[in-house]
Amino acid sequence: MSEPAVRVRSALGSWDAIVLIAVVAVAVVGALTIDGVASPRFWRFVTLEAIPIALIALPMTLVVITGEIDLSVASVLGLTCTVMGQLWVWGVSSLPLIIALCLLLGAVLGAVNGLFVTGFGLPSLAVTIGTLALYRGLAYVVLGDRAVADYPAEWTNSAIAPIPGTTIPWMILVVAVLAVAFGVLLHATPIGRGLYAMGNNAEAARFAGISVVRTKFWLFAATGAMSALAGVFWTLRFASARADNGSGLELAVVAAVLLGGVSIFGGRGGLLGVIAAVALLGVLRNALQLAYVPANTLTIITGSLLIASVVGPNVVGMLRERLRRRRPATPTPSAST
Amino acid sequence: MATPLLALSGVSKSFGAVAALRDVRLELYSGEAHALVGENGAGKSTLVKILAGVHAPDQGTLTLDGRPVTLGNPADARAAGIAVIYQEPTLFPDLSVAENIFMGRQPLRSLRRIASAEMRARAIELCERLGVPLDPDRPARGLSIADQQIVEIAKALSLDARVLVMDEPTAALSGVEVERLFTVARSLRDSGTAVLFISHRFDEVFALCQRVTVMRDGRWVSTDPAADLSVDEVVRRMVGREVTSLFPKEPATVGEPRLEVRGLTRHGSFADVSFTVRGGEIVALAGLVGAGRSEVSRAIFGVDPYDAGQVCVDGKRLPRGDTAAAIEAGLALVPEDRRQQGLVMELSVERNATLPRRWALTRMGLLFGGAERRAAGTWAERLQVKAARLSDAVSTLSGGNQQKVVLAKWLATHPRVLIVDEPTRGIDVGTKSEVHRLLSRLAGDGVAVLMVSSELPEVLGMADRVLVMHEGRLAADIPRDRADEESVMLAATGQGGRS
Ligand SMILES: Nc1ncnc2c1ncn2[C@@H]1O[C@H](COP(=O)(O)OP(=O)(O)OP(=O)(O)O)[C@@H](O)[C@H]1O
Ligand SMILES: [Mg+2]
Repeated sequence: MSEPAVRVRSALGSWDAIVLIAVVAVAVVGALTIDGVASPRFWRFVTLEAIPIALIALPMTLVVITGEIDLSVASVLGLTCTVMGQLWVWGVSSLPLIIALCLLLGAVLGAVNGLFVTGFGLPSLAVTIGTLALYRGLAYVVLGDRAVADYPAEWTNSAIAPIPGTTIPWMILVVAVLAVAFGVLLHATPIGRGLYAMGNNAEAARFAGISVVRTKFWLFAATGAMSALAGVFWTLRFASARADNGSGLELAVVAAVLLGGVSIFGGRGGLLGVIAAVALLGVLRNALQLAYVPANTLTIITGSLLIASVVGPNVVGMLRERLRRRRPATPTPSAST
Repeated sequence: MATPLLALSGVSKSFGAVAALRDVRLELYSGEAHALVGENGAGKSTLVKILAGVHAPDQGTLTLDGRPVTLGNPADARAAGIAVIYQEPTLFPDLSVAENIFMGRQPLRSLRRIASAEMRARAIELCERLGVPLDPDRPARGLSIADQQIVEIAKALSLDARVLVMDEPTAALSGVEVERLFTVARSLRDSGTAVLFISHRFDEVFALCQRVTVMRDGRWVSTDPAADLSVDEVVRRMVGREVTSLFPKEPATVGEPRLEVRGLTRHGSFADVSFTVRGGEIVALAGLVGAGRSEVSRAIFGVDPYDAGQVCVDGKRLPRGDTAAAIEAGLALVPEDRRQQGLVMELSVERNATLPRRWALTRMGLLFGGAERRAAGTWAERLQVKAARLSDAVSTLSGGNQQKVVLAKWLATHPRVLIVDEPTRGIDVGTKSEVHRLLSRLAGDGVAVLMVSSELPEVLGMADRVLVMHEGRLAADIPRDRADEESVMLAATGQGGRS
């Protein structure tokens, strides 16, 4: 078989391609069978919902590829929302300043995760379950049950303003630019190569001079900052800063990352698949909602997809191995004796 | 002769497009030690894995005592009395040495409780038989590759098998441990066990084995009594051409001190190690397994911390425990354990080969598709890496070819100080002389080479000076003209004075 032929086949057979095809399939079938899926309003909605998930899924992909995980992202988002509200209440009236402070806060919160994971060598799963509770608790300390909702209309409008001539919010362009940046970082830079190396074998990565500790620390900080950015968007989109903003969102993010083909054990996967998975989950959920599928059923479907995405590749591999072994070692008479 | 204890005939095995074995045969008789030799990638380990029940052959038959058998999995092979020492140790890092040795068949007390005391006692006894006192309670994590190999050997011995298969068990061992292993293997052989022995060291092959099977490119070439063969003849059959001079160290002008190590100490591993390696020099670090040679190399390279002392390269002191800084200063380390330390097994050959110098391959900060492949390709060719495609995972390569990738990875960084820990572990004759030629040429270009090696002929052939370590300390510093087998072994076993 010629080299290009092999490459084309493996590209088509890849998980990225499967997820991409699934997005198109769900969109087309949805548009044909469910009223409203074909409308521009539907797509505006899907996009608005996908933006914060995508923003967090970008750095999360890198974190999971290094073999770690960050479950505190939704709580970082929530805490950022409340701090943003409190800043406004205190009379900080420059939006750029508020955004900058929020991003800084997010980076610090992420760095705390990073410090516990790299500095003390604790498992990130445990650390970030802890900070998931801690940061959410702090969010309630900041705002309690109050909501801050009296932002200027131009702020809230600007966050969700459409790209001229369409219904799609312009924030998606920001997401697109960031996605390209993260994609290049992961797939075309020495840093990205290092991430895959440490996710597969941290010891060999250290022997190659890769600073595993430092890299992971900065990744957690970046994840915090991106979660904070998602928090700013969340607050402006709903024109409301509350302590419970975005609770449970970490599951949507992790679901997208895993469904996108990133191995929970690290070292494997890519950004394209994750972006496709964010789109797939968004389109699917909203289309089914339009079809009056109850919320519980939606949760069940998302959960099943997630399990399928984690189990799927393993089962396929196992079946293949089984088949290969089953093929009998036929005692063919040999000519050589 | 009688019916063979174990026989393979017409065995073929392919991995995708790669035909690893083609119509191979092998007969093992009770009470014989049988050598299997061939170049890297000839298919030896694949054959071993078929005997172990790890791979099912695509074609061919396997007979035990003349009856056809199918080995569906490793448990079948074990039940059939076949014990296997794999080329690459596969220990459970979090289990103790004793638990690893008796994995899956721990001695039991009533109520199926594990008899830990008995297990420990038997583990100690096995290690002692091999002459390497290992603490049975310590976890396998962090064991040197040689100690891991000892655990694997103990595991196989504990099975009291009828067929003992050893895939390069000696690659990381020094002469003393090899001799112990052979004593054990000979006594097993004499009590009726069939031993299959794989090695790239021919002196070992001839010291242990009665018959020699040669393989080339996945095919069976010949099986003959060892007494009828010479090393040259075996090599000719393996390689298909003449291979000349094994250790061509050429004299080089010795320059300024490149690597200076002063009073390096790590509690529990090594103490007060001081030496200098000059540009153009190849200095060997010899000693027994566990003498602390690899630990010293790792500390110099900055992957392990140290408690006291200092390391200077070209007169500049290196920060402690900073690998990136060491690489920046021109240091390179080919580590002993290629699977854990040398390579990221799941990544491709090209990614592995370019990992330490990936920054140098960027254009505008980016790695474009071809850059890594081209860079890796040059070195893969020079070292004759046998891989179907450079984009294949390095785990699909044969052991010796993986070792070549580790060498390529570090030679390509153009180091000024090169530390190689068992550089030719598992590498076949042809490439071995190529590696030695490369090391010699590097020294000629002014590189300082520190070579940790357990293979005495390699040490004596290559080194300008031999440093010998004994129990964590430097025991001797022997210049080339005074270095011989005896002086090195005496110092290594703690009987020589500082010369
Ligand atoms: N799992 C695998 N997938 C693909 N190819 C493989 C796999 N295992 C082995 N091969 C290929 O089969 C061939 C024979 O490999 P094998 O490991 O048997 O060689 P070997 O004789 O043991 O060599 P060495 O002396 O280097 O250990 C090699 O070309 C190798 O690349
Ligand atoms: Mg092998």
